[in-house]
Amino acid sequence: MMNLNELTIKEARVLLDEGKITSLEITEACLKQIETLDKDIHACLTVCADSARAEARVADKRLKAGERGMLLGIPYLCKDILMTKGIRTTAASKILENYIAPYDATVVMKLKGAGAVLLGKTNLDEFAHGASTENSAYGPTKNPYDLTRVAGGSSGGSAAAVASHMCLFALASDTGGSIRQPASFCGVVGIKPSYGKVSRFGLLSMTSSTDVVGPIAKTVFDAALVLNVIAGKDELDATTAPVEMTKIENKFANNTDAQPLSGVKVGLPTEYFLENLNPEVKDKIIAVANKLKLAGAEIKSVSLPYTKYGIPVYYIITPSEVSSNLARFDGIGWGLKKEEAVNLQEFYKKSRGAGFGPEAKRRIMLGTYTLSAGYYDAYYKKAQTVRTLIIEDFNKAFKKVDILLTPTSPHGAFKIGEQSNDPLAMYLEDIFVTGASLSGLPAISVPAGMIKVKDGNEMPLGAQLIAPRFQEDLMIQIAKLIV
Amino acid sequence: MNITKEEIQHIAELSRLDLSVEEVEKYRTQLSSILDYVKMLDEVKTDNVELTAQVSGLMDVFREDEVKEWDKQETEAALNLGERENGSLKVKRVLQ
Repeated sequence: MMNLNELTIKEARVLLDEGKITSLEITEACLKQIETLDKDIHACLTVCADSARAEARVADKRLKAGERGMLLGIPYLCKDILMTKGIRTTAASKILENYIAPYDATVVMKLKGAGAVLLGKTNLDEFAHGASTENSAYGPTKNPYDLTRVAGGSSGGSAAAVASHMCLFALASDTGGSIRQPASFCGVVGIKPSYGKVSRFGLLSMTSSTDVVGPIAKTVFDAALVLNVIAGKDELDATTAPVEMTKIENKFANNTDAQPLSGVKVGLPTEYFLENLNPEVKDKIIAVANKLKLAGAEIKSVSLPYTKYGIPVYYIITPSEVSSNLARFDGIGWGLKKEEAVNLQEFYKKSRGAGFGPEAKRRIMLGTYTLSAGYYDAYYKKAQTVRTLIIEDFNKAFKKVDILLTPTSPHGAFKIGEQSNDPLAMYLEDIFVTGASLSGLPAISVPAGMIKVKDGNEMPLGAQLIAPRFQEDLMIQIAKLIV
Repeated sequence: MNITKEEIQHIAELSRLDLSVEEVEKYRTQLSSILDYVKMLDEVKTDNVELTAQVSGLMDVFREDEVKEWDKQETEAALNLGERENGSLKVKRVLQ
C-alpha cells in the first residue's frame, strides 16, 4: 500500500469507511512526513502531535460506531491566521508570538464537528501580507519542487504542506491571491470562494472587503469537498450571505459525460494574455482551453479593459484597510509589549515598532497615508471608484461567457530573495489574481503542467478559472476536467 | 513623488510606530515609489462613477440585541488577558 499521507481525501474516505485503515494511522503518517521534511521545507509553525492523535482516536471511535462523514478522520493543517482554541496562533508575526486564542474560528469549529484532525498551523507572510511567505517573522517556506525557490504566498505553508503530503488538505485565506498563487507555485488546487460564502469569524482581519477563507487540496474533488463543509451563513460574521443568495442553479449540471461542457462559454480575457506574457505560460493555458473545447465548451475572447488598474487599486485599498485592522495591536491585553515605555503613547509606538515586521509596517504606513486628511480623496476614494469599474468589467464579461480562464501567475516560483528587496515587484505578482478579489468572485487555481524557469528547471504553473459570484458549482465542474 | 522625512515621521506618529533612522529613510523611498506607481489611477475618468466600499451584496444586516450563552471558560479567557489590578485592565499613564 502507498504511504497513507499521500492519499487523497477521496481515497482515504473509502479505506476508512471500509475499516481497512484508521485515522490514527493516517495521522501518524502525516506527522512522520512533517518530521522528516519540515526541517527543510518549513511549512509548519506549530505541530500539535498529541492533540492530533487524540482527535484521531476520537474519529476512529466515531467511525467504529458506524458514523460516516466526508472529513471524518481526515488530517489537515491550518494557516496560522485562523484562531485555534488552545493552540498558538501567531499570524507569522512576532507581535503574536505567544498568543493562544481562547476560541476556534468558525471554519475550524466546523471541521472539528466533521471529525477532521488538526495536525498544526502553517507558515504565511506576516499577517498574510505578501506573495512569497518570505515576510514570515519565522523564516520563509521553501517550495517542495525546489528548495531554493519560494512556495508563493501568503498561504505558502499550506500549499507546500499539501504538495509534500504533510496533510490531506489545508485551510488557507485569500485576500488578493493568497490561496491561488501558492497553489499555482506548488502544483496543487486552491479555491478562493465567493466573498461571503465562508465565515471569517476567527480569521485575523487583513482587508475586510476582500478576505475569504478557502481550501488547498491535492485534487479539485477534495477541495470542493472541504469547501462544502466550511461554507455557509454564520451568525458571527455579518458579511456571510444568506442561503437564498448563494443558491444559484448550475444550468450545465446535467450535461452528458460525452459532452460535459456542451453549451458552456469560456472566456479568455485579452488583457491577461498580453504580448509580454511568457509564451510557455500562454501555451499551457491555451492547452487547457483546448481541453475544455474538446469537452464541448465554446472558447471566446473577452475584454476586461480595466485589468491593469487592479494592482494600483488593490495596493491602495489593502493598506488602507490593513492600517485600520492592525490598529488593534496595541500591546494592551495581548500581544508583544514593551514595558519600559514611560507613557501610553510611547508604549504603543515601542510595542508596535518592535512587534511588526517590515511589510506590515510598510502597509500600515501606506494605509495611514492614503487615509489621511488631504489624501483620502486622491487615493482611497479614487481607488474605490476604479474598483467599481473593475467589477463592471467582470459583469459585462459574464453577459457573454459563463466562466473566465487565465493563468494564475505570470511565471513559476521565483528564487528566495530574488524579489524581497523590491516591494513593488512583489506587488506585481498579484497581477492575475486581484481582479476576482476586488470583485468578490469565486476563483480556483488548478495545476496546468510544468514550465521552465530561469535556471532551466521546471516548476508548476496553475490555470485560474473565475466564475460569477456564488457559481462555485459550475467552476468546480469545469475545473475537474482540467486535471 | 517625493515624500519628505518629516512626512514619514508624521505618518509613523499617526500609525503609532517607533521607527529607526534607517527605517525612516527606507520607507521614504519605498513609499514614494509605490505612490508614484498607484498614481496611474489618475488617468482613469471616474466622474459619475459610484465608489465600492464592499461587495457582500448585503445592506443593513441587523439582528436582535440579545445576550446569548457562550462558553464560560472562553469568555473568561478572552476578558482576562493583560495586566489586571483590582479587576481593571492596567495601562501606562496617559498624562505626564
